Amino acid sequence: MLNLFKIKGQKKEEAANTNGRPPAKKQSPGELRLHKDIAELNLPKKTNITFPNGKDDLMNIEITLRPDEGYYVGGAFVFTLQVPPTYPHEPPKVKCTTKVYHPNIDLDGNVCLNILREDWKPVLNINTIVYGLNLLFIQPNDEDPLNHDAAAVLRDDPQKFRRNVQTAMSGGYVDRSSKNS
Amino acid sequence: MSSPDEDPPTEPERWRDLDMLLSRPGNLVHADFNPSPGLRDSLGSLVEVLVVGAGGLGCELLKDLALSGFKNIHVIDMDTIDVSNLNRQFLFRVQDVGKSKAEVAAKRVMERVSGVNIVPHFCRIEDKEIEFYSQFSIIVLGLDSIEARSYINSVACGFLEYDSDDKPIPETLKPMVDGGTEGFKGHARVIIPGTTPCFECNIWLFPPQVKFPLCTLAETPRTAAHCIEYAHLIKWNEALKRAELFGISGVTYSFTQGVVKNIIPAIASTNAIVSAACALEALKLISGCSKTVSNYLTYNGLDGTHINVSEFARERDCLVCGPGTLIELGTSTTLSEFIKMLEEHPKLLMSRASVTHEGDNLYMQAPEVLEQMTRPNLGVPMFELLKGAARTTVHVTGMAENNGKKVSSLRKLRVTFKGVEESSKMDESS
Repeated sequence: MLNLFKIKGQKKEEAANTNGRPPAKKQSPGELRLHKDIAELNLPKKTNITFPNGKDDLMNIEITLRPDEGYYVGGAFVFTLQVPPTYPHEPPKVKCTTKVYHPNIDLDGNVCLNILREDWKPVLNINTIVYGLNLLFIQPNDEDPLNHDAAAVLRDDPQKFRRNVQTAMSGGYVDRSSKNS
Repeated sequence: MSSPDEDPPTEPERWRDLDMLLSRPGNLVHADFNPSPGLRDSLGSLVEVLVVGAGGLGCELLKDLALSGFKNIHVIDMDTIDVSNLNRQFLFRVQDVGKSKAEVAAKRVMERVSGVNIVPHFCRIEDKEIEFYSQFSIIVLGLDSIEARSYINSVACGFLEYDSDDKPIPETLKPMVDGGTEGFKGHARVIIPGTTPCFECNIWLFPPQVKFPLCTLAETPRTAAHCIEYAHLIKWNEALKRAELFGISGVTYSFTQGVVKNIIPAIASTNAIVSAACALEALKLISGCSKTVSNYLTYNGLDGTHINVSEFARERDCLVCGPGTLIELGTSTTLSEFIKMLEEHPKLLMSRASVTHEGDNLYMQAPEVLEQMTRPNLGVPMFELLKGAARTTVHVTGMAENNGKKVSSLRKLRVTFKGVEESSKMDESS
């Protein structure tokens, strides 16, 4: 390549400014893949998506789920998705910002959904995550709990679980000890 | 430091072997190799090398490159020296702890190898303008993360331009040599954008990180690793609060990662072997004095010693290093006309295209909120939306034909404008 650099050295002046402007920052492969995922979104009914930082920042996403069946009908649950630069090699970080009484979501908003951690694959996308989150509300899972109390109630007394969900969604407080009463 | 027992070799003596390599013809040399005693001077005067990372590999690389005849070297590293580095990062001493790795490494090598100029950059690789990277003839990587490699790879491949026959233009070539080590294992690979696979072409080869289900960590831990990961992931805020309570600084997420993450012992010899391979590839690539590895060398010193070279293949439609599809527009072509063109373009046949350019989402078919925000762009000429560039890269997603079937695709396009000169001024369009 040395010969090339000799030629290049002579041409340096003319080559320096071919485009009349500084080279632009390229979009990372992760951003491009995300662009594709977003452009192809096919969300469940009544699901709302917004981009808090505007149309040119797709890495920060806010999704509002409104389940249309199951215990959580009538509720609206907001999730933030933070997409890392290494996407889709790494999954987005998902948090539930709505306080929710749910066996698979803790009170800090951590979500236990297999595809967000151990079962994430680069072929999955934002759409699959949204459907996965939606499924959590249609079929809360008492076998792999993050909120142990809620899971125990769901397992032992589904009617009571239904009441507790309603209480929590209407802003009430579900007492931990109430499960023993 | 005490002075060495023997006098350092005199200048011509030091370079005797390198000069033999560069001044003798051979059968395994590159086609444009012109053996001559002056080649070493050219190496020193014409070539600028960037070393990314001044850690275990970086220290070795700087020393090896300086002793291979390269005289203009830059090194970039955001890290400071830690006590735990001293066992293998041999350019550093106890009194250097806390100082910039790049600065100390540069200084030490310049003290030992006369005539070498090493410019240190104590910052993150993302902090540098893209233009900074354009000055280098070759980039040698001594990194420890996929993310950083992917970034440098996309920068280096970003300089590559293709001619109208989709052949890489040699003047725009920015080759890379990438080294990596983990315990007894390591690799050295040569990346010539447009010729050999780039980092992104084979990124899917990396195994996924082992992750535990959150609920297992929180509620039903079964192993010691589960307990540690629980504290790391879920109780991390408590570590922060505790540090605050006792007035201790330095509990950052990255430091926590360093404490907790699966630390594989770094072995000095592995670094030395891999760096030597990388420096040699850089020398061969630049001087043409012999053939380079084609294109991925793996080293395993765990069970005996095993070295293997595999030839990885390029991803034909790689978004990072591939040529993309050339498409010519008039300066008055609007975005909606452009989207229509994609449907009819024989190489694309793409319907329902969404368009993005250097971080500006020009048009999004979905979701509704973005479609509405980008709809006003449809009537705007592309020349204006692309900020008056004579040629630039645009990415489009949509349904495109592949083997007779319409599948969702992401494509790179090289857009040029009819009748617009390379160095045209923007005010002509108004």
